Amino acid sequence: MIKKLSVALVLWSASGVVTQFATAADVESLRGQTAIEDESRPPEPKKYAKDGEPLPRDYVQQPPLIPHKITNYRIDANSNKCLSCHSWKNYREAGATKISQTHFQDRDENVLANISARRYFCTQCHVPQANARPLVENTFKPITAISGQ
Amino acid sequence: MTHNNPSQCNGVLCRMWQAFRRPSVKYSVGALLFIGFVAGIVFWGGFNTAMEMTNNEQFCISCHEMKDNVYQEYKNTIHYSNRTGVRATCPDCHVPKEWVHKVIRKIQATNELYHKVMGTIDTREKFLAHRLELAKHVWSVMKKTDSRECRNCHNFEYMDFAEQGRRAVAQHSKGLEEGKTCIDCHKGIAHHLPDMSEVDPTEVVGSH
Repeated sequence: MIKKLSVALVLWSASGVVTQFATAADVESLRGQTAIEDESRPPEPKKYAKDGEPLPRDYVQQPPLIPHKITNYRIDANSNKCLSCHSWKNYREAGATKISQTHFQDRDENVLANISARRYFCTQCHVPQANARPLVENTFKPITAISGQ
Repeated sequence: MTHNNPSQCNGVLCRMWQAFRRPSVKYSVGALLFIGFVAGIVFWGGFNTAMEMTNNEQFCISCHEMKDNVYQEYKNTIHYSNRTGVRATCPDCHVPKEWVHKVIRKIQATNELYHKVMGTIDTREKFLAHRLELAKHVWSVMKKTDSRECRNCHNFEYMDFAEQGRRAVAQHSKGLEEGKTCIDCHKGIAHHLPDMSEVDPTEVVGSH
């Protein structure tokens, strides 16, 4: 009886291993189906649009998207290229959107005279857009208050 | 007048001066003129060749101050690498093309040699400490010359605004109208910027 049971157990676990192998073959790694010794083809780099109208938001509190190219715009302790157009001093002359008032507060809600350090690195939240297909299917729809539909 | 009297002239320099002043008795005027002409070409060509040798990227980055600081930053910019492969190397922006301006700039460079010897910016820290001052020198020169070196390649008159992006058209039209020069807006395009809080405090965190 014990022998029969152990044979059944071995068979059952073996079938499990087989099905595991089968599913492993269907899974594709980031390199695609390229053999381990071959070089995979890297995806083509996405191109950012040079310039455009402001992009609509998709949800409440979404950081506005950057509707232009930002290649080589440096943000460091010495200067911030974004602010040379988007700061409150420069936005009118540059015809740019000014940064939000919320960016002048530190985490204790003290109002500062200049942009707060925690808001200084623009690209932490604001990103430019490329015409890229979504990686996975997505059925998200913005709420009526934002989309107006 | 000692050198007019041969008997009183014993020094080497003095005798050379006498030989130099005495009219030639051996050579024809034509031969002398011809030799002078050829020598002139050789020396002039040699002078310009030597000057051009100091006018290329490899020469500029042969000193570590340039190679380790500004050159590394420049390597990530559009003037170093871009889609068409047209490059602007150090002298294209930093040495004038016209001869007179070029020679003046080359003479000014002796000051840079002095600071090289003194080691004014021979460490990264010293370089960063002097960065604002150095940048200001370049900005003021560019401003004074109406960005002459930029305009060797970039000229408002030949810019096709139809090919530019929205922002570029707006800014360039305005700049042209107001008589602005390239460096007024395009600072830090080939190298990183120094601390800009003096120039525009609203661009820098922590300044007021």
